[in-house]
Amino acid sequence: MSTSSKRHVVIVGNGMVGHHLVEQLIESGALAQMDVTVFGEERHRAYDRVHLSEYFSGRDAEALALCDADYYANHGVTFNSREAVTSIDRAAKTLTTERGDYPYDQLVLATGSYPFVPPIPGNDRDGCLVYRTLDDLDAIREAAQRAATGVVVGGGLLGLEAANALRGLNLETAVVEFASRLMPMQVDAEGGELLREKIEALGVQVLTERATARIEDGDASRHRMVFQDGKVLEADLIVFSAGIRPRDQLARSCGLDVGERGGVVINDQCQTSDPDILAIGEVALWSESIFGLVAPGYQMAKTALSTLTGGDAAFAGADMSTKLKLLGVDVGSIGDAHGNQNPGARMFRYLDPLTQVYRKMVVTSDGKKLLGAMLVGDNSAYDTLLQYYANGIELPKEPASLILPQSGAAPTLGPDALPATAMICSCHNVTKASICSAIETGASNLGAVKSDTRASTGCGGCASLLKSVVDHELTARGVEVDTSLCEHFAYTRQALYDIVRVEGIKTFSELIEKHGAPGAHHLGCDICKPAVGSILASCFNEPITDAAHIPLQDTNDTFMANMQKNGTYSVVPRIAGGEITPEKLVVLGQVAQKYDLYTKITGGQRIDLFGARLEDLPDIWGELIDAGFETGHAYGKSLRTVKSCVGSTWCRYGVQDSVGMAIKLENRYKGLRAPHKIKFGVSGCTRECAEAQSKDIGIIATENGWNLYVCGNGGMRPRHAELFATDLDDEALYRTIDRFLMFYVRTADRLQRTSVWRENLDGGLEYLKEVILDDSLGMGEELERQMQTVVDNYQCEWAGAISDPDKLKRFRSYVNNARPDPAIIMTSERGQRRPA
Amino acid sequence: MTATAMKHSSFTHEGQQASQKLCRKADLVAFSGVAAWLETPKGPRQIALFYLPGYPRELYAIDHHDPFSNANVIAHGIVGDIKGAAVVASPLYKQHFRLEDGQCVEDDSVTLCTWRAEFKGDAVWIVG
Repeated sequence: MSTSSKRHVVIVGNGMVGHHLVEQLIESGALAQMDVTVFGEERHRAYDRVHLSEYFSGRDAEALALCDADYYANHGVTFNSREAVTSIDRAAKTLTTERGDYPYDQLVLATGSYPFVPPIPGNDRDGCLVYRTLDDLDAIREAAQRAATGVVVGGGLLGLEAANALRGLNLETAVVEFASRLMPMQVDAEGGELLREKIEALGVQVLTERATARIEDGDASRHRMVFQDGKVLEADLIVFSAGIRPRDQLARSCGLDVGERGGVVINDQCQTSDPDILAIGEVALWSESIFGLVAPGYQMAKTALSTLTGGDAAFAGADMSTKLKLLGVDVGSIGDAHGNQNPGARMFRYLDPLTQVYRKMVVTSDGKKLLGAMLVGDNSAYDTLLQYYANGIELPKEPASLILPQSGAAPTLGPDALPATAMICSCHNVTKASICSAIETGASNLGAVKSDTRASTGCGGCASLLKSVVDHELTARGVEVDTSLCEHFAYTRQALYDIVRVEGIKTFSELIEKHGAPGAHHLGCDICKPAVGSILASCFNEPITDAAHIPLQDTNDTFMANMQKNGTYSVVPRIAGGEITPEKLVVLGQVAQKYDLYTKITGGQRIDLFGARLEDLPDIWGELIDAGFETGHAYGKSLRTVKSCVGSTWCRYGVQDSVGMAIKLENRYKGLRAPHKIKFGVSGCTRECAEAQSKDIGIIATENGWNLYVCGNGGMRPRHAELFATDLDDEALYRTIDRFLMFYVRTADRLQRTSVWRENLDGGLEYLKEVILDDSLGMGEELERQMQTVVDNYQCEWAGAISDPDKLKRFRSYVNNARPDPAIIMTSERGQRRPA
Repeated sequence: MTATAMKHSSFTHEGQQASQKLCRKADLVAFSGVAAWLETPKGPRQIALFYLPGYPRELYAIDHHDPFSNANVIAHGIVGDIKGAAVVASPLYKQHFRLEDGQCVEDDSVTLCTWRAEFKGDAVWIVG
């Protein structure tokens, strides 16, 4: 341990709440007064347990992690993973792990909870598992490989998540619940019945009012569950998810007060019966309640921060309202959803058996305030109802209108109706007032508000509410959200795109003539000209070297090469999929030697030749084209490369020919002009050697075809691509990518990569899936057709240029003298030429 | 800051070199730029010629040298207008320079040299 004189604060447990406390300590500057040591028994650092089920749909442990691997170390926090604390000696103020003893001055228990496994004979058989940690999920995935059927014991929130996981692992799935309905805590009998119908429609068997008596060897399957009524159910895999229990053993064995049914008793300052030991999260029992949600846990972490730093903040309980999507079914619960905590409460109910929607409101006897609400099948009313409830806003004259179907959009509570104290983001405790103050102090858009306040960076459930509040507040302050492209066009890029397509406009001059901003001069500028050039290219794909298009292009597009800092250019021929014959490799070497070009392998599996003079470009390209090369569009806002691993042809792990697919894709989409550059990756197996998940389009081979990931990015702000569609055959893959790319080309802002576009897309990934996979806008075929036009009209721009003397004239460095630019001075380094 | 002092003549290098023919009209690129060598008493100098056919002023001559990147690249920038003034954007770091007087829009202290360019028949001339 450190020998400094600072206090030793030890945090036992590295779940979401324990991690939140560490973050709070770091951000508040409290580390100046204390040395912090964290013990976590798992091998993973803190991860997002709320989204645990996504572990089976493409997010790995790294993607679920709540911070970077070196976050703790960079801030001087000691993190001991895989080290469980076994006892605490309060008198000596030390704790013991399997590795040794450690002193503490203050200690925080954040040990969370464990899954309750009912005491059923046979519950410890091989293949009887729980659903709580990443290791549990690994064990389930492992066991599922040898299983055809699976049962989840427990029909609550976590049980249904576990059932979804088993379904995702292609098991025939059943849920067994002791109570008379699913999710008995959140929904009533009507809601439960609806939930059952919806879940059964997904092919999941639902058995309620079943108590398991024992588990024994099965006939057809590995296990047989025998119920108390004598009925039986066989399955190969059993997952217990029958509730959670606080992990209070450490507290019990060192004599801290615990509740009758478990949980470490804490006061409003989160202190246990020993004031130097605090407890937060699901292990803590406050006012005889355990809070099994992340938001109250975060509140406790903030309270603990205050207690540790001498403040007097008090935990005052927390709202347990919650909004979930389980097995694709919306379930929402607000306040006193059952109406059994408020004598005299009245209820409104709406049940639509056809669309399978159920909504219930619990209101005060005078009908003026909302006490609680319950939603099944459709959560669209949740945000509005929650605001009525949480802020005690008086209900409209006819409260039923809030849950009755509307001919138009659902009624929402305008952001201006919210009081300043309205809680917008409960994960990070952000009120409307704190959003306003972030705006007052300079945050001028949604992104800035999010990074200043952290609103909507937890569970994300408040995203749309946050956006409407920010938009409203910005507008109220006279910040006009000006979406004009530039002073020449009072349109967004998307609007200009539509104009060009609808009116068939083929030149910049025609477009600015007809649709330029009133009074604007008609020259355009370096914002609108390349943007329009790109739109025209993606609609009609005429050569950018045509006279009408030349003035629109950035210099890189004009000269079809990348200008470097000394005014010379670099040349990147296409090497589709990174596959190149030795003969072509030799040609690249010869050309580089002849023109004395600095040569480097790029990150996209190509070869970049630097230092070419403008006047040499046509000769260089003449030689490259003779050898069979074509332009690589490294200069364009267009498809760059499709990176691939070597795939099943050579690799013993490969399951598909990733190189072959990469070449097909690169040849299909080469030359497509887009709002920004586009990169692909294709991996031949899940080992993902092509790093496809960091690309705009990532493709990973499966036994049955291809999994498609979209909107990833490397670079300055890395973003994991999201799983978009699974097990596609070749044709379906092309079709999906055709639609996806064209939709991006149509709707993105200029210079907006797919990752940023996706983050700004209203409706997010779900919306994108609806448009592309379900064709919800009915434009799928049109998008495919448009892509086919671009594909059919592809021509190598360089081949076109060197066969046209007029176009070649453009590559003279000077129009009146062949004298080379004396300012280009080169020196030698590591055997190659570079700018001096 | 020198540009505003040039009210009567915006050509910062008028008279410092003999009139000379640089190239033909066909060497220019409409609504874009080309580079050319200009002979001056101090030796050869690189200039950029911009051609805006149909505009009240069709021809501009301005430094080809970009003071921000120290590279000779101005002729390869995109031509446009900002608040009505014709400009070129440096292709490297994107500063804008007014074609009329060379003034950098983003930085008052930077001005490019400009010359008077004219068509004489089919020929492009810099007038000394």
